[in-house]
Amino acid sequence: MTPIILLDTLLAIILLVLAVVALHSENLRQSIFVFIVFGLVTALVWARLGAPDVALAEAAIGSGIAGALLLAALRDRQPGCEHIEPRPSWQVLTVTYLVIGVGLTASWAFLDAQASRSGPAIGEMVQAELAHSGVSNPVTAVLLNFRAYDTLLELAVLFAALIGVMALGPERSAPQAAGPLVSHFVAWLTPLLILAAGYLLWVGAHAPGGAFQAGALLAAGGIIVRLSGKSGIFPKGAWLRVLAASGYGVFLFVGLAVMAGDNAFLQYPSDWAGSLILLIEIFATLSIAASLLLVYLGGYPNAWMEDKESQHA
Amino acid sequence: MIDLLSIFLIAGGLFFYCAGTVGLLRLPDTLSRLHAVTKADNLGLGLLALGIALQIGDPLSAVKVLLIWLLVLAASAAGGQLIAQHVVEQKEETK
Amino acid sequence: MHDFLVIASLILGLNLLLSLVAMLRKTNTSDRVLGVQLLGTNGVGLLLLMSLLQDQSGLIDAALVLALLAAVVVIAFTRREQEQVND
Repeated sequence: MTPIILLDTLLAIILLVLAVVALHSENLRQSIFVFIVFGLVTALVWARLGAPDVALAEAAIGSGIAGALLLAALRDRQPGCEHIEPRPSWQVLTVTYLVIGVGLTASWAFLDAQASRSGPAIGEMVQAELAHSGVSNPVTAVLLNFRAYDTLLELAVLFAALIGVMALGPERSAPQAAGPLVSHFVAWLTPLLILAAGYLLWVGAHAPGGAFQAGALLAAGGIIVRLSGKSGIFPKGAWLRVLAASGYGVFLFVGLAVMAGDNAFLQYPSDWAGSLILLIEIFATLSIAASLLLVYLGGYPNAWMEDKESQHA
Repeated sequence: MIDLLSIFLIAGGLFFYCAGTVGLLRLPDTLSRLHAVTKADNLGLGLLALGIALQIGDPLSAVKVLLIWLLVLAASAAGGQLIAQHVVEQKEETK
Repeated sequence: MHDFLVIASLILGLNLLLSLVAMLRKTNTSDRVLGVQLLGTNGVGLLLLMSLLQDQSGLIDAALVLALLAAVVVIAFTRREQEQVND
């Protein structure tokens, strides 16, 4: 047994403890904090499992963006509503967790038995076809070429969720302009976030990275700009809507356009694959950033309604 | 030789990390805990990053590690000020 | 060297656990934000060590993203607090 397994066991135990505390804490603010830390430790677990792309995504989206969203949602509640109903008795909890634990162990044992008699491993198949995919990072190849349809539908789901949030009503009230401390902090942090987003987008073709992580970083930049009270710099008018739809739109368009050359839907021609993937990823990044930012705003920006009113007037 | 230097630097970094955690556990006041935590951020990560950067073969990645340290340095400085400001505001309110 | 790195990761892992315990005890928001910051830096350190141990330079990028987002979360926490104070 290699000694590193001690670290893995430690991380696993921390994860379980965090999950129980996050779910059963009586103070919502503590639950949110624990949830953010849970995302962080999950990112470490992904790193230990040798999945840097997922670790990147977990740190960016699962920990950072989700944390910011939850905090914003908490603020919307009435003050003092942070305490929630008392938790179920410890007997109920223990039985529930035992059942879940036994169930999971049984499923794992069953699936493990299944896996040991299957055919060629997926990893080998991906590596064999990697040269034709247009990128050299196998994760990006799977996400944007071999299983592009899945990613297309993921963007569609994100878009649908965005429409759901937009239908809820107007955005949350904007924070007031912040003092010099926050303003200057945001002033140098946002360009770094944008730079890192661009870097992750570009490097995703041959190293861990990609559109989702880059989009989340951009969204984080937008979130802190909003928190500093300077939302005036966001794209005006219909731009945010256009950007939010462009991810799915461009992906769909490319998928249909390649059919002109006697290919199936989303079957990129080999020599164009790299450029097409980059094109799709650029718009996916912008779209994910716009969508996450709009979701953080919590509703449609008031500026949109004013535009409509001035049109009807 | 470089390995030995790395080991020293990483061990030093770990010491400051642990010091930060102990400070968080044992110090009485939020502001003093802030002091301890920023030590872990600055020195802990700094020595650790330096030790790790020496071990990395690719010079660009090594520079990236040091840049990460600079980022955490700046962010913890600004963040520390924010937290301290918030603590002082809260104290003035409860008076 | 490899063994030393493993021990170093273990120490940081234990440090992570300790910081967590320290955080769960506190009830003050400011202390929790401190905890996020310390845990974030712990995570960055662990990711850097792992990138050496597993020879995966992508984890250095993961450390960068974690550092950036820890800063974002600190801003989100304290700014929300200021908002509630000003209401």
